[in-house]
Amino acid sequence: MRRDRIIFETVRTTLTILIALLIGYVILLFATDKANEAFKWFLLGPLSTKRRIVELLNRTTPLIFTGLAVSVVFQAEIFNIGAEGQLFFGAVAATFAALYFPHIKFLQIILVMLFAMAAGGAWAAVPAYMKAKWNASELVSSLMMNYVAFFFGLYLVNYHMRDVNAGALVSYRFPRTAWLPRMLRRYNLHPGILIAIGFALLVWFFLYRTKYGYELRMVGKNKEFARFSGIKVENVVIYSQIISGMIAGLAGAIELMGLYKRFVWQMTPGYGFDGIIVALLARNNPLMVIPAALFISYLRTGSYVMGRMTGIAPEIVVMLQAIMILLITAEAFLAFWKRRMIEKSAMSREE
Amino acid sequence: MKAVQMINIVKVYPNGIVANNGVNFEVEVGEIHSLVGENGAGKTTLMKILFGIEQPTQGEIRIFEKPVHISSPHDAIRLGIGMVHQHFMLVPSLTVAENIVLGMEPTKAWGTTIDMDKAVEMVNEVAEKYGLPVPAKEVVLDLPVGIKQRIEILKALIRGAKILILDEPTAVLTPQETEELFVALKNLAKKGMTIIFISHKLNEVKEISDRITVLRDGKTMGTYRVEDVTEEEISRLMVGRDVELVIDRPPAKPGRVVLQVKDLSYYREDGVRVLKGVSFSLRSGEILGVAGVEGNGQRELVEILTGLRFGATGSIVLNGEEVLGLTAYDLRRKKVAHIPEDRIEKGAAVKASIAENLISDRYYKRPFSGKLVLFPKKVIEFAKKAIKMFSIKTDSPLTEVGMLSGGNMQKVVVAREFTSGADLLVADQPTRGIDVGSTEFVRKKIIEVRDSGVAVLLVSADLQEILQLSDRIIVMYKGEIVGYFDKNEGLTEEDLGYYMLGVKRHDPDRVKEAALL
Repeated sequence: MRRDRIIFETVRTTLTILIALLIGYVILLFATDKANEAFKWFLLGPLSTKRRIVELLNRTTPLIFTGLAVSVVFQAEIFNIGAEGQLFFGAVAATFAALYFPHIKFLQIILVMLFAMAAGGAWAAVPAYMKAKWNASELVSSLMMNYVAFFFGLYLVNYHMRDVNAGALVSYRFPRTAWLPRMLRRYNLHPGILIAIGFALLVWFFLYRTKYGYELRMVGKNKEFARFSGIKVENVVIYSQIISGMIAGLAGAIELMGLYKRFVWQMTPGYGFDGIIVALLARNNPLMVIPAALFISYLRTGSYVMGRMTGIAPEIVVMLQAIMILLITAEAFLAFWKRRMIEKSAMSREE
Repeated sequence: MKAVQMINIVKVYPNGIVANNGVNFEVEVGEIHSLVGENGAGKTTLMKILFGIEQPTQGEIRIFEKPVHISSPHDAIRLGIGMVHQHFMLVPSLTVAENIVLGMEPTKAWGTTIDMDKAVEMVNEVAEKYGLPVPAKEVVLDLPVGIKQRIEILKALIRGAKILILDEPTAVLTPQETEELFVALKNLAKKGMTIIFISHKLNEVKEISDRITVLRDGKTMGTYRVEDVTEEEISRLMVGRDVELVIDRPPAKPGRVVLQVKDLSYYREDGVRVLKGVSFSLRSGEILGVAGVEGNGQRELVEILTGLRFGATGSIVLNGEEVLGLTAYDLRRKKVAHIPEDRIEKGAAVKASIAENLISDRYYKRPFSGKLVLFPKKVIEFAKKAIKMFSIKTDSPLTEVGMLSGGNMQKVVVAREFTSGADLLVADQPTRGIDVGSTEFVRKKIIEVRDSGVAVLLVSADLQEILQLSDRIIVMYKGEIVGYFDKNEGLTEEDLGYYMLGVKRHDPDRVKEAALL
């Protein structure tokens, strides 16, 4: 039965991706008369040069983090979709720590990360506490918190940390002690991807090999059962969201220290919402988050390469993502096939 | 003429359980036909298919000898099939007449208002025709269960039912109410109504049916005229072996008082006072049975005792310590085990593995975990042992609990609660909805647990279970203890029935003896 389910989910995911790509191709046919060329750039572009491969990997990093953050809360059946705001606020906190904490080699990188994690965790704690205490819908409150994080963060950066000499609305440049080191000489590949993979392993271990992870998963599988068994459900509701917020906050710090070396966002980068689709694709399994994030990053990078080479708007990839979310979350999609599989295996057991 | 023909019905549920596996079922017009079988034999599934609630995976249905496709209860009603469910589907705040005509209300003033007089008239007319009198103008809420059932039957009749399905109609009735129901049903059959009666109580089946169809493990074992078979023969067909009806219960050796409940009262959220000054004591090594028709405060009592419901007044002393108001988290740590009424809603996480379900109350301590980390090997080791000890049918401790049959699922719950090293075990309907083999197994285990020195509070709607297992018995009626029996010799289901119905009650001094003071 377990194997059947894995086969079923794999087929369903693959089919979903193929359908989404097919629809993408049809849309391209309407958008341009060079659809084949555009589609080729879209599919193969990310691997066409070393620079683009680096771009692909760097873009994967935040998606792994947010995918993990979302997976943690989703495993507890908590629909905190505040990763976006937690990441943004974490990035603002990282900017503060990078600019004003003592500029000590290595140590400052660690401190910036910890500070960003604390900020992301604190941000997530607000809807978490409101849920545990007053049963406020975390879906609504975490979404609202995203806006608060965005405007409050922009206020802090633009009014207190803005580099007036820069040509754009950005913060002061970080000191070198708050830069992540380069891993390649000619390309800016930063070690964020390694940290992200490390975190995926860590989150897996947490969920499947620790007491707290067990509690969290049982609350997700059946809250009443967890309470009945003597698990403090309210605690789980709170700490799962805080852990999730910390991971998202860390993503913000790594993105700035690795790629931009300063705060550059005047719009939310969208990684938090991309994390939801990563978690959906990965079925909330931390280890599967890595390939899922790589895949989404591949689509993104492909769309940008296509945009640069052919002038077609890279936003097309957003449509593909939407189609995938629809098909994956639609329980009934391919349900007839699943039912037949169950019936066949059940009847063969009877004989 | 045949009213119902169900030919070679197969039903596989989405969780892979095969509920019906080639069932054949035929009912003649105007007969009372019983469908019997153990819990889980597929009776209810077959009837859900007939009433259009479930779709068969395979098979053919004919109603009055015409092939039909029943895709919803709406279709079923159109074909003249009515069903009275085990759990009533009535709106408590509406009157009897309003409930009965719901969805087909007579109107006046060009369809803008309901013609209440007409509705009452309609109801009275049908009630009179079939000899099922009801108080048409009264609100349903406070009516006795027997009347509510009659309302359900009238609901079906007024919609033109010619075939009436009754799903374990006597489960919620006292013996006295059952008698009344049977008179009414025989009357209906005389008037040409076809009645399908689902039950696993053989004495009732013998009394009321013309013919009997026996199901076992989703298959038809045969159809018999009632005079051609004995109860013993039917039970052998149902179970596939001779049932051991007697469970050996050596005399209890009660020890110290483990639980002392004093003056426990509770108002539910809707303001109804569901517990009124309940007092009793429970010693280690004995089983105290709580009998009563469902909904007389037993559920609330259990939830308060196990830390799942709050706001009660009075006192609960466990091992000499006041524990009223503590949560399940605290009480589990004070050695309270709990087999809940509903294994799917509370007792288990059906999407988690057997192993994960077995450790849910002890995952945090040795040998299953250290300060932070779980020890999966120890967990699996324990799960394998429990699977063997409680003969849970599965090929791996990693199987999802939702894949197990009801009986095996319950064994997982029972395995956890029986091995938790508790002082107090609250067993709420421990054998509801499971097959006879598992039932016997669980009941024997409860005796074993008692003899190991655990204090057992047994709440059950199954009087046979109460009488088989309990050393002492209290009967609850409308939130009060109305009967107390300090030993269980010579008691019959009928005796308890009078107290459950509120017809008889012990005087307060005798009830106080339940507290052993």
